[in-house]
Amino acid sequence: MPEVSNRLTYRRLETQEDDFGRDLHTEHQLLNMGPSHPATHGTVKFLIELDGETICDIDIQVGYLHRGFEKECESGTWYQAIPYTDRLNYNSAILANVGYCLAVEKLLEIETPLRCQWLRVMASELSRLGDHLTRCGAACLELQAMTPFLYGIEARELCWDLQEILCGARVTSNYVRIGGVKHDMPREFPAVCREYIAKIRALLRDFEAVVTSNRIFVDRLTGTGVISQEDCIRYAVTGPILRSTGVPLDLRKAQPYLVYDEIDFDVPVGEVGDNYDRYLVCVEEMQQSLRIVEQCLAQLEKLGPGPVDVLDPRVRWPAKGRVFNRMEELIQQFKAVTEGPRVPAGEGYLAIESANGELGFYLVSDGSAVPVKVRCRPPSLINLAPMGKMLKGAMLADLIPTFDFINMVGGECDR
Amino acid sequence: MDDCGSPILRRLLDSLPDAVRETHVRLGDVTAQIDAERVLEVLRFLRDDPELEFDMLSDVTAVDYLGEEPRFEVVYHLYSLPKNHRLRVKARVSEQAAEISSAVELWPSANWLEREVWDLYGIRFRDHPDLRRLLLYEEFEGHPLRKDYPKERRQPLVGPRN
Repeated sequence: MPEVSNRLTYRRLETQEDDFGRDLHTEHQLLNMGPSHPATHGTVKFLIELDGETICDIDIQVGYLHRGFEKECESGTWYQAIPYTDRLNYNSAILANVGYCLAVEKLLEIETPLRCQWLRVMASELSRLGDHLTRCGAACLELQAMTPFLYGIEARELCWDLQEILCGARVTSNYVRIGGVKHDMPREFPAVCREYIAKIRALLRDFEAVVTSNRIFVDRLTGTGVISQEDCIRYAVTGPILRSTGVPLDLRKAQPYLVYDEIDFDVPVGEVGDNYDRYLVCVEEMQQSLRIVEQCLAQLEKLGPGPVDVLDPRVRWPAKGRVFNRMEELIQQFKAVTEGPRVPAGEGYLAIESANGELGFYLVSDGSAVPVKVRCRPPSLINLAPMGKMLKGAMLADLIPTFDFINMVGGECDR
Repeated sequence: MDDCGSPILRRLLDSLPDAVRETHVRLGDVTAQIDAERVLEVLRFLRDDPELEFDMLSDVTAVDYLGEEPRFEVVYHLYSLPKNHRLRVKARVSEQAAEISSAVELWPSANWLEREVWDLYGIRFRDHPDLRRLLLYEEFEGHPLRKDYPKERRQPLVGPRN
């Protein structure tokens, strides 16, 4: 018996050597990955055509989280859409709040007070920071590195704690209002925020120390999921993926909204457009976001207390003291709540730079209190479309980091 | 036709005057409503013209103006990276035809966006390479973003596919 098995082993080795230099192909097979897969954070199905371990083609099937965002918005008032925008990209809810409210304000032709704008910028950047932390942390986790994920999540917790102090909610914040914000920041906020920023910086240092030059991580990311500048533009890809190919397009700089033109920050870009470049861009953007938050705090303290809402009776409610004591304001509040604000007829498109790229809202109003059209231009969906192109000819295992750094968020992708 | 003081509209009107139906620059958004039959020609001009260079098709969507004729409006949002300007192009599509040329041959980003419009509005894109539903499933009946699709409508249960 041992003789036979020895011979068998020998023979197998021999054929392996013979095959070694040959270009090996297998019968193509279809692999279903998802809709719920432990190595993808997002509900999406990939139908992958494989030649051995090499990807020949991917059919990406989205829509598992479709909840009819646009239909729902078209059946409520302009105000009632705001909580739904929270649930688009639930990693950075405030960014979608800001985008939607800015678009409605564009139709109403109102400009919010300076203090409100700085508060919105600050909240946006905390949100962006949380989003990037989730993306980088989860990418590590899905590449089997638990420690950096925990560093990232601990830092994200701090961001969410700050959001909680700011607006009472951690994830779906519902902070921004048409023509203002829910309320000004609490008095203790700047001190707590500065303390947390120092903690987040320390955590980011730890995170980078474990990850950025980690041999395994670098090898898994370098040269994978590459997309060229031209393809990015043809596919309308924006955000960190476009910047990783060397295009410095950031709507905060290119078409500044709110007070971004008064803020000092840099736009990091990559060189080759692989996953490692995307990682480096995200890490640097987190540092820039922290810089922006610090500038916002300084500016808010310099501005001193002031109104955070526009004085426009079309969109903001009267003060409670007046509602309880005067007939006119009571009626105004009643109508504002039950009917909602009327937005002048017209159409408008407004795009902001969200954590994933250009988040646009195209709104159409017929002059009534109910929108005709609330279109969200979802960067997650549009950035996911060229994933098949990025991965053609790559190994199956490269799909995981590529999908992570595309950062498809189901809520926003499927709406 | 009025260029509303916009050099983009001026250039478009000078080059393809009879393709443009209406123009406006309201709230800072430059908009051109064009002939639906010539959408591909106009979009190709906007992409290739060295003065305009709209190299990105940011968004494609539609609006249902139920009760008006033509009923639908397909809306394209273009962005130019080198020139940093935007343009909205709109084309009216009637309910009976509900069809317009696909822009996939100009920009691959149109692929998924047009599939979404087909899925939710039931507007067909001529010569689209893969016009399947994007967000909903094959067995879904109707197109839910049409204004005459009631929000509460229930869909039939779908059994196992095999």
